[in-house]
Amino acid sequence: MTRRADDFHAELARGVADIHRNPVEVALFDHDASTISGRAGVVVYPTSADEVIHVVRTCHRHDRPFVARGAGTGLAGGATPLDGAVVICLTKMNRVLSVDPINRFAWVEPGVLNLDLSRQMTALGHDLHFAPDPSSQQSCTVGGNVANNSGGPHCLADGVTSAHVLGLEVVLSDGQVVVLGGEEPEPDGFDLRGAFVGSEGMFGIATKVCVRLTQNPPTVRTMLLDFTSVRDGADTVSAIIASGMVPAALEMMDALCIKAVEEYVHAGLPLDAAAVLLVEVTGLVSDVTAQAERVAEIGRRLHARTVRVARDEAERALLWKGRKSAFGAVARIKPNYYLHDTVVPRRHLPDVLDEIYRIVDRHELLVLNVFHAGDGNLHPLLVFDKREPGILERVHAAGEEIVKASVAAGGVLSGEHGIGLEKRDYMSLMFSEIDLAAQAAVRCAFDPSGLANPFKVLPSPASCGDIQHVPEGAWI
Amino acid sequence: MDLTEFAEQVGPSGRVSVRGRSTRTVRRVDGVTIDRVVSAPSGIVEYHPDEMTITCGAGTTLGEVRQITADRGQFVALPGSGTVGGALAVGRSGIDRLGVGPVRDTLLQATFVNHCGQLVNVGGPTVKNVSGFDVARLLVGSFGRLGFIAQVILRTRPIPTASSWFVVDADWTRVTELQSALYRPAALLWNGQRLAIRLDGHPDDIAANAARFGLTALDGPPIDADGTLYRWSVAPADVPAVIGSAGQQVWAEVGVGIVHHVMPQPDRRATLNHIEVRLVDEFDPQRRLNPDVVFPQ
Repeated sequence: MTRRADDFHAELARGVADIHRNPVEVALFDHDASTISGRAGVVVYPTSADEVIHVVRTCHRHDRPFVARGAGTGLAGGATPLDGAVVICLTKMNRVLSVDPINRFAWVEPGVLNLDLSRQMTALGHDLHFAPDPSSQQSCTVGGNVANNSGGPHCLADGVTSAHVLGLEVVLSDGQVVVLGGEEPEPDGFDLRGAFVGSEGMFGIATKVCVRLTQNPPTVRTMLLDFTSVRDGADTVSAIIASGMVPAALEMMDALCIKAVEEYVHAGLPLDAAAVLLVEVTGLVSDVTAQAERVAEIGRRLHARTVRVARDEAERALLWKGRKSAFGAVARIKPNYYLHDTVVPRRHLPDVLDEIYRIVDRHELLVLNVFHAGDGNLHPLLVFDKREPGILERVHAAGEEIVKASVAAGGVLSGEHGIGLEKRDYMSLMFSEIDLAAQAAVRCAFDPSGLANPFKVLPSPASCGDIQHVPEGAWI
Repeated sequence: MDLTEFAEQVGPSGRVSVRGRSTRTVRRVDGVTIDRVVSAPSGIVEYHPDEMTITCGAGTTLGEVRQITADRGQFVALPGSGTVGGALAVGRSGIDRLGVGPVRDTLLQATFVNHCGQLVNVGGPTVKNVSGFDVARLLVGSFGRLGFIAQVILRTRPIPTASSWFVVDADWTRVTELQSALYRPAALLWNGQRLAIRLDGHPDDIAANAARFGLTALDGPPIDADGTLYRWSVAPADVPAVIGSAGQQVWAEVGVGIVHHVMPQPDRRATLNHIEVRLVDEFDPQRRLNPDVVFPQ
């Protein structure tokens, strides 16, 4: 250990109590939930904004990169530290600070778990919830949701995280504290709040988040429609939207996924269907009844074999359990999976799905599709056994082709997982150098030092403090 | 005029100002010499009702967008008259923000002309997208200070089956009771004595709520939907204090915090913070884009 490193660690320890340097412990933070591994330096668990400020200031003084991390459920390597970066783990800053149930917002710390926030509202007697509901909502944090601008099945009608964040208290990379946005609707100046949401930890660290809370719907109807062709299912999705409805959720599963889920949760899914659609309409009773009727009518016109309406909360929960446990169910097929996340215009869903099946066949792999059909957000799940020689190369090659096919169809690289390291080098599929320079410019404005989570999102770190080289220890 | 021509008009040098239909109040600095005044291309490029997206030039009028979307039972949640680019660059929401959300959430993708006269794409064409940083959000309410919006993809929404205005006598206690009890009202406007309510949705649900809460039908909103008076932006909890001290009748958007006032709002920020200065340094180092516009305002 060099003198400089000792100085750095001693200085860190002066202002943050919970600090970990044991190599075995630190190694646990080498990666997030993606397959991309890096190398963590020291890990700190601040319990207050003051501790975060101290850590960031110390990093700034010593020119050390740092990575903010929540629960580490990210799938794009966004929270994977490189080159021994300091990991600032925010899970111990997990208090709900204040709630305004009338105007429907709350100030929370970044480590509050997504689902816990909604559960706390219920426990406090408020008929409110936090709308973004990623599949990892039991374990992911609000801070992580802010960093990734997370989505979820119910974002079709209610919008992604950006629409549910009113304000932020942020520690910038030099340790300065700024408040972006706030409780008032039209703060003067640029919408720095909007730019910060989805910045993947590269603009600073949010230490407080003002989240918008959403009224729980008085009536909910959940339906399952099944089809003998994926195309009929996808056409039904488009027809529902075109008819003037935006259901609360519109989710699709394909045949292999149906089989895996049914064997896992026994939700009564039809095993001979090519696709099932899970449709949820919410609101006031007359509206919900009318919408449910129209959904059923459209489905039948487009060859749905059955339209099953959940009779009670138990059946609704069972149908959702099927959807949300798809990732657990795949373990019954193969021990490993690689989950992709692209978006295509809804009208191209059937063609892109066909293309995905062809890609996967070519690489002799298996794919399950379970996705947010309403907003065209595909989640092809490649399942494999990593002990098979050469399989990872095939999984990555197929993944790259899937991403390219989605962008070629007029889609985008990611709907909710973010870019991180995983898709950093694909950014030029969607953006020109001039486009990317504009994104880099915003990064520079927030973090001129380039110390906040470097090497992520932008493919050629040509500006600010980033140095152009292949990150040491990165395995993509 | 196409996008390239617009970019050429902005060019890499000279002080350039962009105009739409000048329907919105924009405060300008006196005595700033402008070399060129430009206007963004207009016209609908693509409309996909089943994608809930519409692509159009920033110079397209909101009237034209409303007409084409209404034919397919949809609308774009941008308020007022004038152009799409104007509504976005100014970024002020309509009186139905409570129901339809802020202007910023309407923009999916933007092509803008930067200070070098180049076309830049930000955001993405789909309703869901987290590919890269959300630069599009920064353009909304930026008054053209980071670049001139040339073309956009906007999110459309279905027009509700029915939409009706009501009024009820209400003190602040009653206002908060109704605010809690009503399910997603599209607008709540309060002047200290009366609460005007817009309910959107199924006509039976609207009728049931009107009966349940003793609401009286109203022909339309109690104030001009464009809000011709001064706008104050305050925390929603501060609404009663602002109404109480106004001295005259003013209407406030309950649950939002916009107050349509008779006086300008005091204590607004006149200078940029350091992040904003760096942003402008990056996006317009010569301060040649809309240098005559007061910002922030």
